[in-house]
Order: sequence, then C-alpha cells, then structure tokens
Amino acid sequence: MVAGLGLRRSGRRNVLFFAGAAAIVLWSAGPFLWQLSTSFQLDRALVSPTPSLIPHPFILQHYLNIFSVKHFQFYVLNSCIVAAATTSLCLGLGAAAAYALARLKLRRRFGLLGLILSVSMFPQIAIVGPLYLLASSLGLLDTYVVLVIIYLALGLPLVIWVLFGYFQTIPEELDEAARIDGAGPLRILLLVIVPLSVPCLVTTGLIAFIAAWNEFMFALAMTSTIAHQTVPVGIANFTNLYYVPWGDIAAASVVVTLPLVLLVLFFQRRIIEGLTQGAVKE
Amino acid sequence: MSRVAAAGGAITRAPPAFAITRTRRIDWPPLLLLLPTAISLGSVCVYPILGGLWLSLHNTMLATRENRFVGWLNYRTLAADPDFWSAWRHTLEFTAVSTLAETVIGLGMALLLVEWFPGRGLVRAAMLIPWAMPTVVTSKMFGWLFDGQNGLVNWMLRSLHLIGGNIDWYGSPNTALGTIVIADVWKTAPFMALLLLAGLQTIPGSLLEAARIDGAGAWQAFWRVRLPMLTPILLIAAMFRALDAFRIFDLVYVLTGGGPADSTEVLSTLTYKTLFSALEFGYGSALATAMFATEAAIALCFGILIAHSLRRQER
Repeated sequence: MVAGLGLRRSGRRNVLFFAGAAAIVLWSAGPFLWQLSTSFQLDRALVSPTPSLIPHPFILQHYLNIFSVKHFQFYVLNSCIVAAATTSLCLGLGAAAAYALARLKLRRRFGLLGLILSVSMFPQIAIVGPLYLLASSLGLLDTYVVLVIIYLALGLPLVIWVLFGYFQTIPEELDEAARIDGAGPLRILLLVIVPLSVPCLVTTGLIAFIAAWNEFMFALAMTSTIAHQTVPVGIANFTNLYYVPWGDIAAASVVVTLPLVLLVLFFQRRIIEGLTQGAVKE
Repeated sequence: MSRVAAAGGAITRAPPAFAITRTRRIDWPPLLLLLPTAISLGSVCVYPILGGLWLSLHNTMLATRENRFVGWLNYRTLAADPDFWSAWRHTLEFTAVSTLAETVIGLGMALLLVEWFPGRGLVRAAMLIPWAMPTVVTSKMFGWLFDGQNGLVNWMLRSLHLIGGNIDWYGSPNTALGTIVIADVWKTAPFMALLLLAGLQTIPGSLLEAARIDGAGAWQAFWRVRLPMLTPILLIAAMFRALDAFRIFDLVYVLTGGGPADSTEVLSTLTYKTLFSALEFGYGSALATAMFATEAAIALCFGILIAHSLRRQER
C-alpha cells in the first residue's frame, strides 16, 4: 500500500534494493561482529599484518582474563542491581504518572507532559556538579542508591511518554466500568490498565533497563570503587600500563552487549513502535 | 464487548451523579499519582539546575574549601577563556556535522526500508544493535577499528590502495574529531532512520499513487511529495539529535579524553574535568550554564523552523 512506487520493480531495481539492505546490515552489525571475532583471537593474531575474521586459533583466554584477573563479574553484578532497581521504579512511578496524565481530569495535561519531557533534554553535565555535592553531604557517594535515584529521574520522562501513548489506546469504557463498580484510580490502574499493558510495560521496561545499563557519566562521577562501579566505568578503565588489551576489551564488550542485542532482536517490533511513537503522533 | 458497551451507555445516562463524585474528590488522585514523579524530577533535575546557577556565582573550589559569592566573575573569566571557546567551537562543529550526516544517511536508509522486500524485518532488527550498545563499548570498539597500527579500517583502506600508510585516526589532531563523528554517526544514524521510517509510513499511499499516475518518477515523488510531507518530522528528529549530539560526553571521554592537543575537547568533557579534576565547582557550573544557554538557543532555532514548516504544511 505504502510501497506504491515499488509495485513494478524491475530486476535491476531488486538488486539495488538488496545491495542497500545488505549495506545497512553490514553497517549495523559488522563492527560488532568484528568485536565478537576479536574476543576469540590471540593477541598475537590481532597484531598480525593480515587480520582474519575467523579466529584461528579459537581461544577463550580473554574471557577468562576479564573474570579472573579484572573481576568483571562485580561490575556486571553492580550494573544488574542498579538497572533492575531503576527499571522497576521507573515502571511503577511512570505508570502512575502516565495514568494520571492520560485518564484523570487534569487541567493542562499536555503542558505537564511537555514539562516532563523537556526535563530530559537539558545537558546532563549541568546537574552533575550540584548532585555530587548533594550526594556527598548526604553520604550517598559510591552507593547503589544514588545511581538509582539519578537514573530514575533520567528514565522517567521517556517511560511516561511511551506509557501515556499506550494508555490512551485502551478503551476508556473499561475503566469507566470499573469506576462504576466502585474502584478508585489506583485500583483501576492496577487491576484494569496494568494487566492490559503488559506487552508495553515489558518493552518500556527494556528501554529503561538499557538506558540505565549504558549510562556512563553519572556512574563515573558518583562511584569510585569496584563495589559499586557499573559496567561502562569498568570497561572505560580497561587499560594496561604498556599496551591496550583489545582482546580483553572485546570480550567484555561482548559480555555486556550480547544479552542486550538478543533482547532487542527479540522485542524489536515493539521497541521500534515505542521509540518512534512521538514521531508518528505529532 | 457488549458489557463494555452497556457500561458506556450507563455513563451517558447518568451524568449528574458522576459530576458530583468528581467535585467531591477534587483532583486529589491525579496529583497523588503524579507526586512521586514530581519529587524525583524536582530533586534530580530542577533543584540541581537552580543549584548550578547559584554555584556559578561563587568561587567554590573543593580543593581549597573556598566558597565565596563573586557575582559575575566566573562568566567574565569564561568570556575570555580560550579553552572554553575552543571547546564551544568543537562542540558546535561536531553537532552540526554529525546531525547533518545522521539525518541524510538516516533518510536514505528510511527510504529504502519503506519499500517492502523479503527480510525487511531482519534489517530493521539489525539497525537496533548500534542503539542498544553501551556508548562506552562503541567508543572502545571504534578505538580498535580505527587503531593507528593494527586497526581494521587502516588495513581495509590500505588493501584498497586508498591510503599509502597507516593513519593515526584519533591520535592525530587533524582526524580525531572526524573519527568521533564517524563513531557517532554509526551509533545513531540507524535510529534516526527508524524515526524517519515511522514518519514516511504515515504518508498516505494514495498521494504517492496520484503522483505516479501524474507521471512522476521516484525521484520527483520524493522531492514533491515525500520530503515536503516529512519535513516537520525530519526537523523534530534532527532537533532531538542535535540536542543529544551537543551534550556528547562518553565517546570523547573514552576514545580521546579530549586530546590530542585538545583537538576533541568538547563542552561536556571540559566541564567534567573542571568539576572533577580541577575541583572548581563554581567555574565548572558557569561552563555548564553557558552550555545550557547554547543548547536552549539550538532548541529555539529548531523550534522556529518546526513551527514554520508546520504552518506551511497546513496551507
């Protein structure tokens, strides 16, 4: 329907299309595949004059290194804790706020929504200084709590925006029916809206999780020991004194990226819908 | 389904009772549901922004424990600070070039993907990989790809005889910022494409069909139908991209740390170093505020363009 122009596609056009599609896939996945291959290669093979995509010999040394020498598992654990806590709080608070904005009689709801969204657009470096001083005076430096508090606020605007859009597609008659049965807003949210929004909540949660998992600057500023540093800080600090351990870095990259890539590939359709909703609507 | 309809009917029949319950429970539930969000955003975003403005009027230094009100002094220092203006210029250059490249490449990808072909879902899925990858990982990955000695890019260019010897991509002041632009374009162009694809898909097929019947080729259909229809979305997406590019931190900090010879120092990295290496919180806050002002100006420019294009579309 949309592809009106492509109805009579000639053979040559088809070839062009596949070439273009192949170029996009190569562009998007190529560098990561090279990283994957690097992680299985000997340091010696990596500096040879002719690089090879197929690891030969195939080794797991770099993976052993990052866990046994560099204690990468601690960073991964920290990141899991912080990102999981952030995601659940984001979804809880975000769902409440999105429901209030989407359904309840609230004056200037679009003004409020705009205000919430605009918060996510200022340069984050502008808040890191005052937040550091505040966290320091509250004794929260180098804790999970401070990271979760910050990531929650950074993640909420997008979560609210995506959930707001989804909640508006749920027929309003459903909560009116529950209201007539005597349910208050909180019960309607929990018993009517949330069960109907599970797919959207899962993907929104995934988006929030990825954002928290990937955040670097605040983690760098607020944490200082391996007890609370997250994966990006760990990887950024992956340097040896005399040479760059590209193989180890590649192995760590694969460990932290592969789960995300698999999740994203699995949920791709919904993630794209959620992320592009703003562009389509207005 | 019929129960829903019945419930809907019941509501329309009994508006007075409903209006009464509304007025009795004045707006408390929505406000209570919004309260946690307000507290979160208020304490982590609004308060620090105001705090930063206040700090920027002080000579706060964590190292010397100084903390005196100095008025506009920091801003006067800043106006005469060559490091600031150099970082400001790098940031604007980076923002302009990467936003433009990402928009053009993203549009190209989107125009390809809007046509159906077998395996399109797979291509769209692959495009999410750069988006999902942590920026720090992207940084390290490009550090390896563009390595001055054993990097794959140097090897490929040498094999194609495009370059004679290795290029020290991010180790030389001439090419470092360009390398960072390439890494940023890699990471965000596919995402831009997905946004624009969503926009392209809202253009009714009948319009394109009409253009085709009038004898327009694909090229004309693009310039006459698709691009004008897409302009507002294109501008909105470019604005978000530009605002995001302007605050670039991770890529620079991890790949070059602002070097070599400050050639990639951008406002975020300069501010970060002023705050956390020099521990000059007063001056660092002035830098952040200047950055804020520039970002607001960028948003304003795009806002005017967007309003203009929307008005033209309505006509």
